[in-house]
Amino acid sequence: MIPAAFEYYRPKDMAGVLSILEEHGDDARVMAGGHSLIPMMKLRMADVPHLIDLQDVGGMSEIEIDADAIKIGALVTQSDIIDNAALADVAPILREAALQISDPQVRYMGTLGGNVANGDPGNDMPGLMQCLDASFTVVGQDGERVIPARDFYEAAYVTAREDGEVLTAVTIPRPKGGHAYEKQKRKIGDYATAAASVQIVNDGGKCVSAAIAMTNLSDTPVFSKTAGDALVGTSVDDAALKIAVAAMLGDIDPTEDNRGPVAFKNHVAGVILRRAIARAWSRA
Amino acid sequence: MSKKKHVTLNVNGKTEEFLAEPRELLIYTLRERLNITGPHIGCETSHCGACTVTINGKSVKSCTMFAVQAEGAEITTIEGIGGPDNLHPLQEAFKEHHGLQCGYCTPGMITRATKLLEEIPNPTEAEIRFGMAGNLCRCTGYQNIVKSIQAAAAQMSAAKEAAE
Repeated sequence: MIPAAFEYYRPKDMAGVLSILEEHGDDARVMAGGHSLIPMMKLRMADVPHLIDLQDVGGMSEIEIDADAIKIGALVTQSDIIDNAALADVAPILREAALQISDPQVRYMGTLGGNVANGDPGNDMPGLMQCLDASFTVVGQDGERVIPARDFYEAAYVTAREDGEVLTAVTIPRPKGGHAYEKQKRKIGDYATAAASVQIVNDGGKCVSAAIAMTNLSDTPVFSKTAGDALVGTSVDDAALKIAVAAMLGDIDPTEDNRGPVAFKNHVAGVILRRAIARAWSRA
Repeated sequence: MSKKKHVTLNVNGKTEEFLAEPRELLIYTLRERLNITGPHIGCETSHCGACTVTINGKSVKSCTMFAVQAEGAEITTIEGIGGPDNLHPLQEAFKEHHGLQCGYCTPGMITRATKLLEEIPNPTEAEIRFGMAGNLCRCTGYQNIVKSIQAAAAQMSAAKEAAE
């Protein structure tokens, strides 16, 4: 399990990162915790002639919470998210999701930035970020730009980030109402068979807004606007749940793999979404 | 052949300096270059945790880190936790409570458990099972590993209270 040889760089600032990316184009890749990329390099499924380690680049390890939004640096780890009490207070869904990612060793190393930038449909944070209407800041030679999470994912491992750009931060509007991240997996460390992110607002027993996104049920995360809209104006009763689940099933496109055939995945997706909505509503 | 990098590590309190190809995984540095063979290679795919070491206060699977990434780091392996003449309370408890059979996973288990008990000195069974989820054992069925960690936690807490 030895990766192919590569050149290793550990620049001290983003200018250094960007100049190496410019010089080597798509032969260069940036790495944060490396817990998605290194396994792929060991399997020789990822060929990275020039590896840029971001760990010495400053300014990407902070969690900032202000009145309207939360800004999380790309190098913040899953374990940092779990341990941050202020963050768990304003956006508890982040901690709930992070605790369901892999295992303790991997959560110490794996970062939010890597999880969302990687573009693997199995990663948990992309769907959650779509649910929360987060946006991603990327920086390149032409400066910074901000891309909504709901527009970021184009296909498996294909995102709106250009080769010469680095994802530096995630900005999340402060979530309102009740939340749930529900994940069905075969074992610890596995990707989801199906997972659902739900954030829902209750006003006097009526749902006034609901955001729903699904993980690992298509080649990208799926933000299901129709499923969320189906709950708005209802008391989130069984009839509304049925319509929401049916709407979600119309938006996903699972494929058969070692987690099961398509019919099973659709079944699990429905069960998981029902549970997630029920739990989020109970907290709303 | 890629350009070798100069790497300095502090392993179990000792400074180690060498030149390494960037693709050298830390587990190979420890086992083959430094002859520190406590951390084991189990699955080599980031699943089993047999290669777990502590790096700058974090439990890390050393098969999923390049030595060059650890440049400047402080690393503790099972060898730095206790030895035959001065067993760590966790090692003692694994011995007493049959927390191992073949022993292959044990260095990783105990190294991870030291960190778990730093974070949660008196964990519940559920906290132990969740906190040890990155380490696989095919012999014990985990029951005795949980018992061992609970016993070590009780012993360490009692020793700490006695010291205070």
